[in-house]
Amino acid sequence: MDFFFQLPLWIQGAVKGLAVIAVLFPLAAACSMAERKISAWIQGRPGPNRTVVPWLAGIPIIIPFLQRLGVFQLAADGGKFVFKEDVVPGHVNKLYFIAAPILAMIPALSTITIVPFGAYFDSAGQLVPLVLANVDIGLLAVLAISSLGVYSVILAGWASNSKYPFLGSIRASAQLISYELSMTLSVLPVFLWVNAPGGQGTLSLFAVVQAQSGTGFFNGLWLGIWMPVSAFIFLVALFAETNRQPFDMAESEADLVGGFHTEYGAFKWSLFFVAEYAHMIVGSGVFTLLFLGGWNPLPWIPLTRVVHGLSHWISFAGHPLFMGVLGVLIFLGKVGFFIFFFMWIRWTLPRFRYDQIMKLGWQKLLPLAIGNLVFYALLIALIQK
Amino acid sequence: MAVIPVSRKPLTFAERTYIPQILGGLRITFARMIKPAETMEYPEQRPEIPKNYRGVPTLVKDPNGREKCVSCQLCEFVCPPKAIRITPGEIAPDSPTAHVEKAPQAFDIDMLRCIYCGLCQEVCPEEAIFLQNQYSMTGLTRAEMVNHKDRLYELGGTLPDQHHKWDKKKAAEEHGSAAH
Ligand code: SF4
Ligand code: SF4
Repeated sequence: MDFFFQLPLWIQGAVKGLAVIAVLFPLAAACSMAERKISAWIQGRPGPNRTVVPWLAGIPIIIPFLQRLGVFQLAADGGKFVFKEDVVPGHVNKLYFIAAPILAMIPALSTITIVPFGAYFDSAGQLVPLVLANVDIGLLAVLAISSLGVYSVILAGWASNSKYPFLGSIRASAQLISYELSMTLSVLPVFLWVNAPGGQGTLSLFAVVQAQSGTGFFNGLWLGIWMPVSAFIFLVALFAETNRQPFDMAESEADLVGGFHTEYGAFKWSLFFVAEYAHMIVGSGVFTLLFLGGWNPLPWIPLTRVVHGLSHWISFAGHPLFMGVLGVLIFLGKVGFFIFFFMWIRWTLPRFRYDQIMKLGWQKLLPLAIGNLVFYALLIALIQK
Repeated sequence: MAVIPVSRKPLTFAERTYIPQILGGLRITFARMIKPAETMEYPEQRPEIPKNYRGVPTLVKDPNGREKCVSCQLCEFVCPPKAIRITPGEIAPDSPTAHVEKAPQAFDIDMLRCIYCGLCQEVCPEEAIFLQNQYSMTGLTRAEMVNHKDRLYELGGTLPDQHHKWDKKKAAEEHGSAAH
């Protein structure tokens, strides 16, 4: 650890950047496979289960098991995207057409640096978050950067120079802008609650988790239980922001062929795909941190308590590494559940009509979010006065 | 026609939030997800073919091993897409079934043309051609998709015969009581 922090800053940055790419790409690929498997199971099919690397096929038990899970299919698909002919149609604006998928990756890859995914006690006995960039603006940065993703959608739709991508991108951008409002309003009560009056104000996600990892009644309470309406609005808006069913207006393949990425193929298309899953992963992560206590195993039972209790029984439990790994595992478990939830919803609900989406966003969610904010502002003022 | 007015109940508040319905849907899909798959994994698991299934047309032999087709060419004539091509041939005079006189020299069914209509089976006066339970015909070339005579007999096998009409005819001739 110390060795790492003694490296020059730019090397640290490069290593972190590579780590993000090395983790996020396989994770997104795994998500796409999970999506195919879950859709298959929900529809009563086995899903992809044939592909296998020929020279591994002889190994018993483990390889057939992975084969049934479709793990090799994922590698084959990934390879296919890289080697496929990458067509740029003649009628597109080449510069923006190529820029759009790259732009889609930027917010997807940068937001993840701000999301803490665990915590450990350093040698001085202080709780340190495991995060690539522990910035104080935390959530604000996540919201700001992730909403840049809309530019790639607009650019892709416009540069494609054909009507369905254009319609898809217009719908998607209108939708993203409408739901962003409710999303931001729904997390305001959380920060009103976290930032006690008189203290130093912060928007850091780590601080939100800290506010949920006490043992008292209020500071051990997960915010999802304390502010269910906020959590609900945030979740709905998250579905809309990540363009997932039932809000996938950007694609809506039934009426728009493929939406904004109709003209894309091969590697460029797969970048959009990875970006969508990366948004989903980050979104689930942020939801977990805000409303589900981050890396704490249960409400009122914070991770520090668990590690402390375990260290009486197991000698190595006191080691910072143990706590870090345990925290990350718990956090990933919750994120994994949410990713599953995203897919579960996708294969359950039909797509909303476009006007229904707008109505839901502006006439239902937004007033609800404002009411919720006022209610909690008054309540918190009463409790914390 | 009587008009039956159907009253539409206004939606309750819970229904208008969609949430109970969404939860109900989630429950259904989850229950479906943990059940085993409905589909069959085709090449390893094969569906059970019902009797009377009309698959690939085949030629059959009678229980004595005689090829039943007498190359009358009715099936060739009736076949709507002209999938059948028959070259008639004679049965050698020293063969035990010489009294049948004719049998196909060559019998080809082009499975790229066949539409599985079953007319050949319908029209055959000798009950020699049957659409049986073979349902998967694949090949890499056009030539592979033409079933020749030996392949047709291999697919068809032997079917029970209730009449043995040629044996009866021969017996009648030999006992001098031929009715015709
Ligand atoms: S099944 Fe129909 S199309 Fe096929 S060979 Fe017989 S008559 Fe011809
Ligand atoms: S299969 Fe039947 S209809 Fe066709 S040539 Fe032979 S006897 Fe005649």
